[in-house]
Amino acid sequence: MRNLWIFLSKYSAFFFFIIFFVCSVTMVVKNNSYQHATFINSSATVVGEAYARINGYKSYLNLKEKADLLAAENAALRQQLKTSFYYDSVTQRTVKDTLTKQQYTYIVARVVNNSVNQKDNFLTIDRGTRHGIGKDMGVVTANGVVGIIRNVNERYATISSLLNSETHVSATVAGTNAFGSLIWGIGNSDPTIAILQDIPNHIIVKPGQKVVTTSQSTLFPAGHPIGTVKRINRNSGGSFWDIEVKLSTNFATLEYVYVVNNLFAAEQKQLEAENNKVK
Amino acid sequence: MSRVILINMIRFMALLFFQVFLLKNMGYYNLATPFLYILFIMLLPFGIPNWLLFVLAFITGCTVDAFYDTAGVNAAACTVLAMVRVIFISITVQREGFDNEPEPNLAVMNFRWFFFYTFVLTIFHHTTLFLLETFNFDEIQYTITRILLSSAFTIVLILVYEFIFSTKKAR
Repeated sequence: MRNLWIFLSKYSAFFFFIIFFVCSVTMVVKNNSYQHATFINSSATVVGEAYARINGYKSYLNLKEKADLLAAENAALRQQLKTSFYYDSVTQRTVKDTLTKQQYTYIVARVVNNSVNQKDNFLTIDRGTRHGIGKDMGVVTANGVVGIIRNVNERYATISSLLNSETHVSATVAGTNAFGSLIWGIGNSDPTIAILQDIPNHIIVKPGQKVVTTSQSTLFPAGHPIGTVKRINRNSGGSFWDIEVKLSTNFATLEYVYVVNNLFAAEQKQLEAENNKVK
Repeated sequence: MSRVILINMIRFMALLFFQVFLLKNMGYYNLATPFLYILFIMLLPFGIPNWLLFVLAFITGCTVDAFYDTAGVNAAACTVLAMVRVIFISITVQREGFDNEPEPNLAVMNFRWFFFYTFVLTIFHHTTLFLLETFNFDEIQYTITRILLSSAFTIVLILVYEFIFSTKKAR
């Protein structure tokens, strides 16, 4: 207490200054209309600025809801675009051509759920059995292969994408006839790279060559692009290449995909099933 | 002691009278307006206690404000003036060696010190005064011009006053 008193008396001038200055400035602001108005105005400016800032920061907090809302609205609007209906109408139109017979039809679908960072990645599309989608159909985009239909219900279907360790797609390096199978996920979790196995190492492969689907599967039309050769590794101890394929489909930004409907798949499968029965 | 009080009261009256009834109507296009009344605070004795200095400064400022219709502006400026006075004197003057309540005037101090003292205190007072009066920084150049010209005017008046009254006493 005594020290406090000594401190106060030592710097008394300063404290007097503070007291009287605050008093007089209060008087200035309170009693003079001009200063009063200016003070109120500038405080209002400061306060308004502060509120605007805070609102700006706050708006980030529900950005997610807003983004979801906008995306939903976009999707709803997109549904009304002509392009959303285009392929549907194609599937319903049957071209009577006696020379060639249509083998593949395409059903457009929108991706409603997607993942690229999981160990096994799936996509969900908004088309199901009522649109003619069945199990084990291939899914492509214009750029490349997406995956295979895994499960279907009336309105939705899930796709195990190429980025799934259980998805194996028959593929070949364009220009060679050797075919291998494209896998992903074993020691490789990069969503832009897949591994093409089982290409015999007497086949000459160069980086930059295209990797396409083969005619050996019922899922995809032959020659549909998958990606390009990125690097060729010799499989130690084996007689096959391990080819790193840079996928041409950007899975992270998938939006619309086409489901491939192979009209002859049932016929082919049935025949092959009979083969097995005989065994 | 009572003589000191009497002299200061008379000086207070005289300076306020002079300020309010004469100097208030003088000025150079609102650019240079002298505030001679601050001399009262400047000339208070060295030995004055701080609280009394601040109270007197505040009262002086309020009185001038009452006549100028600017509540608080001069009071604030005078408070600043008192603060600067305390600091300035504590830096430049040794308390010892003075007898019977000397004042910081031309008779006691030399001219160089007194001029510097006047200059610093006036500048601080006028800066506070005009900034509070304008109350924004939009026309800062105009305000600075007013501060400098008014300070010059005030300093000249203070020196004239001192030459008339103080030096005579010394002789």
